[in-house]
Amino acid sequence: MHGRVKLKSTAQQEEEKRKEREKKLKIYLTSRDACFTKRKEGVLDEEVLLLTQQLLSSNPDFATLWNYRREILLHLETVRSEDEIQRLYEEELSFLEACLKVNPKSYGSWHHRGWVSTRLPRPDWARELSLCERCLSLDDRNFHCWDYRRMVVRVSGVPVDQELQFTDRLIGSNFSNYSSWHYRSTLLPLLHPGSPEAASPQREPPTSSACSSPSTSPQTHSHRVCEEQLLKEYELVQNAFFTDPNDQSAWFYYRWLLGRAEREEMISCVYVSREGERVVVAFSRPVNALSVGLLLVVDGQPQQVNWRSAHPRLRHSPMWICDLPPGTISDTSNEHNLTVHWTERHTHRDCALYTGRSESWCRDSATDLELFRSELSVEKSSVLQSELQSCTQLLELEPQNKWCLLTIILLMRALDPLGYEKETLAYFQTLKEVDSMRTSYYSDLCSKFMIENTILKMEYAEVRVFSLCEKNLSTLCHLDQLLLVTHINLSSNQLLGLPPQFAMLQCLEVLQADDNAIENLEGVYHLSKLEEVSLRNNNITQLSDLKILTTCPRLARLDLRGNPITQIANIQSQLAELLPSITELLL
Amino acid sequence: MAADNLPTEFDVVILGTGLSESVIAAACARVGQRVLHVDRRSYYAANWASFTFNGLLSWIDDNKQGGQSPEEVLDWSGKVESGEDILPLSTMDTSISNLEVFCYTSEEPEEDEEEKKEDATPISTLSPAPQSEGEEGNQATSPTDNRRNHEGETTLDILSESPPEQQDQEECAPLAEDQQILSSDGEPQGEEQLSGSAPTQAKKKKISYTKIVKEGRRFNIDLVSKLMYSRGLLVDLLIKSNVSRYAEFKNVSRILTYRQGKVEQVPCSRADVFGSKELTVVEKRMLMKFLTFCLDYEQHPEEYQDFTERSFWEFLQNNMLTENLQHFVLHSIAMVPRETHTEEGLRSTQHFLRSLGRYGNTPFLFPIYGLGEIPQCFCRMCAVFGGIYCLRHSVQCLVLDKESGRCKAVIDTCGQRISCSHFVVEDGYIREEQRKGVEHKHISRAVLITDGLLLQSESEQQISLVTVPPLEPGAPAVRLVELCSSTMTCMPGTYLVHLTCPSSGSAREDLQPVVSRLFTKPASAGEEGDGSDERPAVLWAVYFNMRDSTAADRSGYDLPGNVHVCSGPDAALGSDHSIRLAQEVFRQLAPHEEFCPPAPNPEDIVYDGDGGQGEGAGFSEAAQAEEGAAEEAEESKEKEASQESSPVEVGEMPDPPPAPLAEE
Repeated sequence: MHGRVKLKSTAQQEEEKRKEREKKLKIYLTSRDACFTKRKEGVLDEEVLLLTQQLLSSNPDFATLWNYRREILLHLETVRSEDEIQRLYEEELSFLEACLKVNPKSYGSWHHRGWVSTRLPRPDWARELSLCERCLSLDDRNFHCWDYRRMVVRVSGVPVDQELQFTDRLIGSNFSNYSSWHYRSTLLPLLHPGSPEAASPQREPPTSSACSSPSTSPQTHSHRVCEEQLLKEYELVQNAFFTDPNDQSAWFYYRWLLGRAEREEMISCVYVSREGERVVVAFSRPVNALSVGLLLVVDGQPQQVNWRSAHPRLRHSPMWICDLPPGTISDTSNEHNLTVHWTERHTHRDCALYTGRSESWCRDSATDLELFRSELSVEKSSVLQSELQSCTQLLELEPQNKWCLLTIILLMRALDPLGYEKETLAYFQTLKEVDSMRTSYYSDLCSKFMIENTILKMEYAEVRVFSLCEKNLSTLCHLDQLLLVTHINLSSNQLLGLPPQFAMLQCLEVLQADDNAIENLEGVYHLSKLEEVSLRNNNITQLSDLKILTTCPRLARLDLRGNPITQIANIQSQLAELLPSITELLL
Repeated sequence: MAADNLPTEFDVVILGTGLSESVIAAACARVGQRVLHVDRRSYYAANWASFTFNGLLSWIDDNKQGGQSPEEVLDWSGKVESGEDILPLSTMDTSISNLEVFCYTSEEPEEDEEEKKEDATPISTLSPAPQSEGEEGNQATSPTDNRRNHEGETTLDILSESPPEQQDQEECAPLAEDQQILSSDGEPQGEEQLSGSAPTQAKKKKISYTKIVKEGRRFNIDLVSKLMYSRGLLVDLLIKSNVSRYAEFKNVSRILTYRQGKVEQVPCSRADVFGSKELTVVEKRMLMKFLTFCLDYEQHPEEYQDFTERSFWEFLQNNMLTENLQHFVLHSIAMVPRETHTEEGLRSTQHFLRSLGRYGNTPFLFPIYGLGEIPQCFCRMCAVFGGIYCLRHSVQCLVLDKESGRCKAVIDTCGQRISCSHFVVEDGYIREEQRKGVEHKHISRAVLITDGLLLQSESEQQISLVTVPPLEPGAPAVRLVELCSSTMTCMPGTYLVHLTCPSSGSAREDLQPVVSRLFTKPASAGEEGDGSDERPAVLWAVYFNMRDSTAADRSGYDLPGNVHVCSGPDAALGSDHSIRLAQEVFRQLAPHEEFCPPAPNPEDIVYDGDGGQGEGAGFSEAAQAEEGAAEEAEESKEKEASQESSPVEVGEMPDPPPAPLAEE
């Protein structure tokens, strides 16, 4: 008979493997120590290059060794001819390729490759691109490789359309790929820029005051895509989310497509109070007024003033306040012209305080700016309408899909926030049910939308009374928009506090916030006109919670019925002591 | 091994080298049984074999003559002792019938100048392939190689010597658990140069019969057409047993179907559905939703409860699927007839879907060089573990013990008595007398050589499965597998199309209607096609019926208990039946042994020869060569190891290459 096959026993194999491992470890540690010693000694020769190479090929994530290699290579650059350097770096690239095979997600290897590529006297970018392509074909979500590819593309000037086709291909093979979608979002505006006119929303000139607003458009268009291409993208991404509605990458991209550019930075409002001798400036985004070069000119005279934000905790704030030197505008028989310059942005806003008036303002109202539709772009509403139809169709098939529900809400807000209010609320209810892990997020988002809607209604009605009772509010936002509000009613919500931003309600006289769970009044800070505060049935427990009210000098009426604090002995006298201005205290 | 010098004692004698027999052979040898594996044919894999074009012509000739030699009546009394009986086996192969060959392309040499130039070189297909020159001496006589030998061509050991076609190794990858097989639609690089004057876009250029014959070696034409479900029993077994190291695979790249007179792509994977231009977004959702449900339909019995007694077709209609989606699911994904019961339809759909995405966007793999590779891979594993191979060698009769009724020994074609404890035999060797009136089914097969893809695409290299629903009520659905040249089964510029269906009549009766709808004939000389017909032309076609013996189970034969019959190929797309059968037989042969445990890494194998003449050493040399080969195929890396190892001549290894069929 012929030979029979026998197998080594498992123990035998294990023993062999163990010995092998031990040997390897010993070699590794010895070489590592040798490397460290040589680096201390400042050795920068090819021998060390070889030594570090051995170590790195078994462990490519050894940053110190990569650094050492760079030191050596930089040194060799100074002593070798260009051809030698070229050869040296090419070898380095082949070595790196081997390292990437060991660990295709090694930070060290990719970073070093980027460094080598830029040092190479005669780089071969085509080779680098094909390396990326191979790497991405193995793992299309390797973000290291995506980063490297973007670097290569940038340096070597690969045409944008070619890159777009590349993303087409990757999305085609697997659309669950954030990197590809994201890459598209950076390529499309370059390849198919949107024209500013087409995308500009039709709107009427501001009407709210005698002053003219700056003439520039409130939106910038640098990140937009032309409509024709946009429609194609809508189609592509719809194919993705109809195929797999639970894949978030497509929804994220869709949000980007529907989204809009950032608002232009501008002064959105200037408010002057004659009585308080105070100027309040609101910006389109939070700024630090102390560092942006804000200049107040009253009747042609630049004023030396100190800007402060509405609350000391807000270092970046959309609203800044200054007190004028006493007597500057206090005489009601005088008319004053104020201008606030934002020198850094070369923009300004005027405001006139007429004779006999105690206050004045100049601003763009929320309705003018379509401010709250801006979560989504204001492309043609017919486009949005048809997108809404598609999503509604999908929802019929997938009534539980949270991405679809959320997108429908956003589309409805973009189209007609007030008209769709009822549907929006119903969808929020469904969302909370199907995605209970994010109930609080949806509550906050819904609160935000309800506040926006109420602001819009208030603006249309041109009143300064703001009522948001029984709206299930869990949070407050857009408080900078409420600068001019004198009466606010937040009763019967789920608020836990009045945040620092609440201090932006600079004109507030009456605050009603009954039947919430408020335990924190942080934002009731320096509200100089506040006279009446009603906090029935909340969660105020200690005297210290109310200490902040001492900053509101005109506070005369305070209702604390139904709060735990009323159980404290002697509370009435303690409160009288704390807040002497109060004439009517309800406990 | 010299057939007249075989050992006289084995644990298992296996007759027939089809898939089941080969798997059993590998499984037995793997657990240390002594295996003799023989086949009366001159090639491996029996009716699972692949042939070069010229090899197929020889096969056709043989089968037209009506099988092998007539039954001889011999006297074996000299070999038999008292108390023993003789049970003769059949020497006729009657599994193939209704063979018909059609050639539609010009048999004249082309009057093309370039063509002429090429024709100047000897047309003989027997001359060594240019790329294999100098490699002749380097052949390993392992089973996998022998198939290519029966043409009398130079041995091309695909494993230890990578032919130029394989140099673009990126395209081929070994089969490993969940490893991504690289795209099968890669450009046919390398082939371009090889094909000489024939550019790959030779679609409009006529390919003559002469050319096909001349390039005949480039064909590997399977007798059965099957694909491997990525999560089917065969793939699992290949992985589990490490036999996968002997072969390479490509992904089937498209699933097509014939609907409303047109060939169209079936969106079955997520990427397909996403990319489909034909489906509306709502259809996409409906399809994805339905397929997602099928993936774990057992978890949602409420969805199909009302349909358990009704057909899958009704169930589909009730599921808000549009007409085209119903077609896709029924014919191309479940691949079942309309009347199939709902649960079976769901099971088939699930099987398809579970195989999706393991290696690519379709559920199927196809072995490079053809399906005939697979049985050979198992034979090779068997040989590595000591199995002995003899082709053109058969068993004439069984020696039965009268008392126990068991098979004690066999008498081979040389008249030698070989004792064994088990005998495994392919159904085709069983005489009619031993059959208990089992009605055999038949498979209708056609093989076409065509000049273009059924559905054009960006890449010319596509491997497509095409499902054609019954053209008339009651007719069977026909399955087409269209192979491109990168599968190494046809010459560049041509496509190999396999048609399969369960027979109701002769193969031509069953399949011709489909062929004439999907294909044209090449425009004859002078008659230029006006280009309106985009259908590819058939250059050459063969039709035949193959017996499907899978209906017979153990009770269908009047045979001793230790004689195990393996059926030939069935009509199904996958090979699960054959693997399951092999597993059952193995369980009877070795009830307490594991079925095909992972083969150890070559470095963990020690060979201790017990015979003289340094056989052991020779064997270990062989093993090293194989190791090198396997590694190369798998990792497509340096060749040093395998090239350094000298040509392997192993005394106890399988037969030297058999003489070419054509010359016999």
